[in-house]
Amino acid sequence: MEQAFKYIGAKRRTKEAPRFLTGSGRFVADIHLPGMKHVAIVASPHPSARIISINTEAARAMPGVRYILDGEEFCAHTDTLYVGVDAPKLKRYALARDVVRYSGEWVVAVVADSRAQAEDAAELVEVEYQATPHVIDPELSLRDDAPLIHPEHGSNQLYHRKFVWGPVEAAFREAEERVSFRVTWGRSSTVPIETFGVLAQWHEADQLLDVWASIQMPKYPDQLARALRLPGNAVRVHYDVDVGGSFGLKRGIKHTVLVSYLARKVGAPVRFIEDRLENMRGGDMHGPDRFFDVEVAFNRDGIIKGLRIRAVDDVGAYAGRSPLQLGKPVSAICGPYQIHAIEYEPTSVMTNKTPQEAVRGFGQAPTNLALERTMDHVARHLGMDPIELRRKNFIRKDQFPYLIPSGSTYDSGDYHTVLDKALAAIDYPELLRQRDSLRAAGALAGIGISTCLEPSGGNSAFEPLFNAKNDTTTWMDSCLVRVDLSGAITGVMGTSSAGQGHETLVATVLGEVLEREPDKIRVVHADSLNALPSNSPVGSRMAIMLGGAAAGAARKLKATLIRLAAHNLGCAIDDIEYADGNTSVRGNPERGLSWDKLVEIAHRKFHLLPPEMEPGLQASFVWEVPTGGGLPTEDGRIQIYPCYSFEAHVLLIKIDADTGRPKILKYLCGHDCGVMINPDVVHGMTYGGIAHGIGAALYEKFAYTEEGELASGTLMDYLIPSSMEVPELHIVDHCTPSPLTTFGQKGSGESGYLGSAAAICNAVNDALAPRGKSIETLPMSNLAIWNTLHATLSATR
Amino acid sequence: MTEKTILVSLEVNGKPVSARVPARTTLVDFLRDELRLTGTHVGCEHGTCGACTVMLDGEPIRSCLVFAVQLEGQRITTVEGLTKPDGSLSILQDSFAEAHAQQCGYCTPGMLISAQSLLNNNPQPSDDEIRVAISSNLCRCTGYQQIVNAVGMAAERMAKE
Repeated sequence: MEQAFKYIGAKRRTKEAPRFLTGSGRFVADIHLPGMKHVAIVASPHPSARIISINTEAARAMPGVRYILDGEEFCAHTDTLYVGVDAPKLKRYALARDVVRYSGEWVVAVVADSRAQAEDAAELVEVEYQATPHVIDPELSLRDDAPLIHPEHGSNQLYHRKFVWGPVEAAFREAEERVSFRVTWGRSSTVPIETFGVLAQWHEADQLLDVWASIQMPKYPDQLARALRLPGNAVRVHYDVDVGGSFGLKRGIKHTVLVSYLARKVGAPVRFIEDRLENMRGGDMHGPDRFFDVEVAFNRDGIIKGLRIRAVDDVGAYAGRSPLQLGKPVSAICGPYQIHAIEYEPTSVMTNKTPQEAVRGFGQAPTNLALERTMDHVARHLGMDPIELRRKNFIRKDQFPYLIPSGSTYDSGDYHTVLDKALAAIDYPELLRQRDSLRAAGALAGIGISTCLEPSGGNSAFEPLFNAKNDTTTWMDSCLVRVDLSGAITGVMGTSSAGQGHETLVATVLGEVLEREPDKIRVVHADSLNALPSNSPVGSRMAIMLGGAAAGAARKLKATLIRLAAHNLGCAIDDIEYADGNTSVRGNPERGLSWDKLVEIAHRKFHLLPPEMEPGLQASFVWEVPTGGGLPTEDGRIQIYPCYSFEAHVLLIKIDADTGRPKILKYLCGHDCGVMINPDVVHGMTYGGIAHGIGAALYEKFAYTEEGELASGTLMDYLIPSSMEVPELHIVDHCTPSPLTTFGQKGSGESGYLGSAAAICNAVNDALAPRGKSIETLPMSNLAIWNTLHATLSATR
Repeated sequence: MTEKTILVSLEVNGKPVSARVPARTTLVDFLRDELRLTGTHVGCEHGTCGACTVMLDGEPIRSCLVFAVQLEGQRITTVEGLTKPDGSLSILQDSFAEAHAQQCGYCTPGMLISAQSLLNNNPQPSDDEIRVAISSNLCRCTGYQQIVNAVGMAAERMAKE
């Protein structure tokens, strides 16, 4: 598809930049309402305990205290939160009642005039506990003798299924070679610099709840209303709040139900901004904590014949959508490779840890790690170049659209070319020489490759796949465009943003279709009562879905303008030429109506409108996800996401043998997300994703002690990479347009992150290989690498 | 009921300001809650993330780790004080916009303060020096690359002025 664009793909500053650069952003903590009260939390110090008594007498006597709430009252007056799989007996509330199930679980909420007063009072709340047995290890938690975290559920297992797609047994029987191994993705998360915060105000006279929150969550107003036992139109969520980073994570529904309940109870606006410790231990925002047992069957020529993946994911003490993070990878279960026989056995297990929430990629990054370790294990087993092995197994450009065994069809791609471009850009032969000369000088050095997919478009079809009682088949998004009497254009989107530049996206797309300058187009965020249906910026969907919706709305508006012109110029619609918003009769450029004239007619001159045309000038469009609408087959095949972006990572790493400290010397990512609407935005997210993956690979971990305590509850212990750990990063672009989307765009919100940790793990293992060592557990901290180097036996399992 | 308060007087962004606050009020809370200068952000409240970075007499400090009363009479600059007198973007801010060095905007004010402090002391920093200077500020969105590019661009543009 060769298509010339006027604005799409061009260099353009983001519309959001000026407010962020002048300190004029409007984050939830910046919103100040008169008489606003503040919340502090009393959290459980035990991973598992019975609550014997709660004494709030001393706290109530403290200055400024307005209300003290415990789980007994709260659970009696609100309903349980949503659980993503079929587990009807699992309840989840913001405050614990009778028992606590993880260290950090919220037990009591204190409301006071200031945050400091609330904290002072919270310290005086006395809770008596009786400790009960806990379980931290997911494998122990699956055993029959494990203490039950939710006895009424009958098991600590939340979800388990064995999918078999294609002739797996035959593939393993007939293949010449096989390898098996275990690889572990550590418990990390996106840990945005802004913690979660929410402010709620109840208007008694209107019976209406106003909510401002740093939220990125589909169906948030709906779930909030349900939990509060309110009709949906009694909740108004303001989406014009800037969100200080999220990457899928900020789904503070429990926080919001709690604060909303308190706001109504206290009769004043109530705000809760997590402090860092609260965010880390009780915010319920940890990420996947997953190990994979992988078995791969292949021939001596390197062709992969079959794959068995058992994935066990530890979601912590409560289930929300977390088990579904094992579901999305079904959409790209064979990665970019032609593998015709796959067995996938996901198991979701609960432990006495902080619950898990959606993290960038929704489970795809850990799965990509397993796939890319598989490729390197096979290459090593055969003594084959890992690049050659990948090339041999890649789906070829001429094979698209390509149906994978689990039922999704990949839209387009050119994996060989992107990998070749990446290798050329980093000068791969020179990279090999550098590695080898470092090794010759006695250093530990390694090269890592990963070639990974980013399913994009945000279709949540893993919901019906993992829950037969859920037959949701639409994940629409929408846009409204209006032209006012002055001729200025405004786009209205129906969600919040967390740094993805959606205002720039919408303006660029509207400008492209209407041929009007994007810098002059304003884009606003609706609130949930006046928004069109939307599903929040998750699953790398907004370039596709919001972009597609904006284009759809703009095309309708353009059609209206053309119809209006034809009617007034007395010619057929097909005879109207449209350029830069102005219209003229084909072959007679003197006869025409300008943008301003058309706007004036639409707004003021009903007598000049064609029959049936509504006065005013606006159009809306609600778009269903391309390829969406399907339900799974009995053997669990389904089209999940529509579009597949691709990334090829190449890096050189050096490891200090004395300290185990890794240093990335060179890093390059070849990236293909189809047509880029704003290259700076795409590159920015990709750089950020790579850095995030560096954290997951080498530094970040929510570590737990044997006693069940979170040992990394601050940014002193949970190590986010700084500009010293993240090296100079390079990206080389390629464009394989998607045939399914408006402009050929694909998603890129998770780019970089989906392949960087895998590439780094491969690089570290390449560095350790000359010493006969390997490491298969993330994060590969300095200490973990040092321990691996100095272990008397290889750490390989 | 109210807590005992102390009068604090500072110079913020070139203007004298004063307010009565509890002694335990941190500088960042003073700026945000009393002066409503909400451009300075709070990320960790334990001096690690750098979102709350402001300038004290031109040097970057963590405003979450210091009490407002400790800075009686001192000169503070926040992100709101970086713009040109007419309110337009400074060269550094404009370079951030040009290089797309901000995404969610949460770490951005602290990042700008650290970068501006660097440029004030070292007008022609190398990329390594830029990385050292901003290593006190954590960013989750950008991977730092476009920030390093932006600071380098600002240094070049300042040299030409």
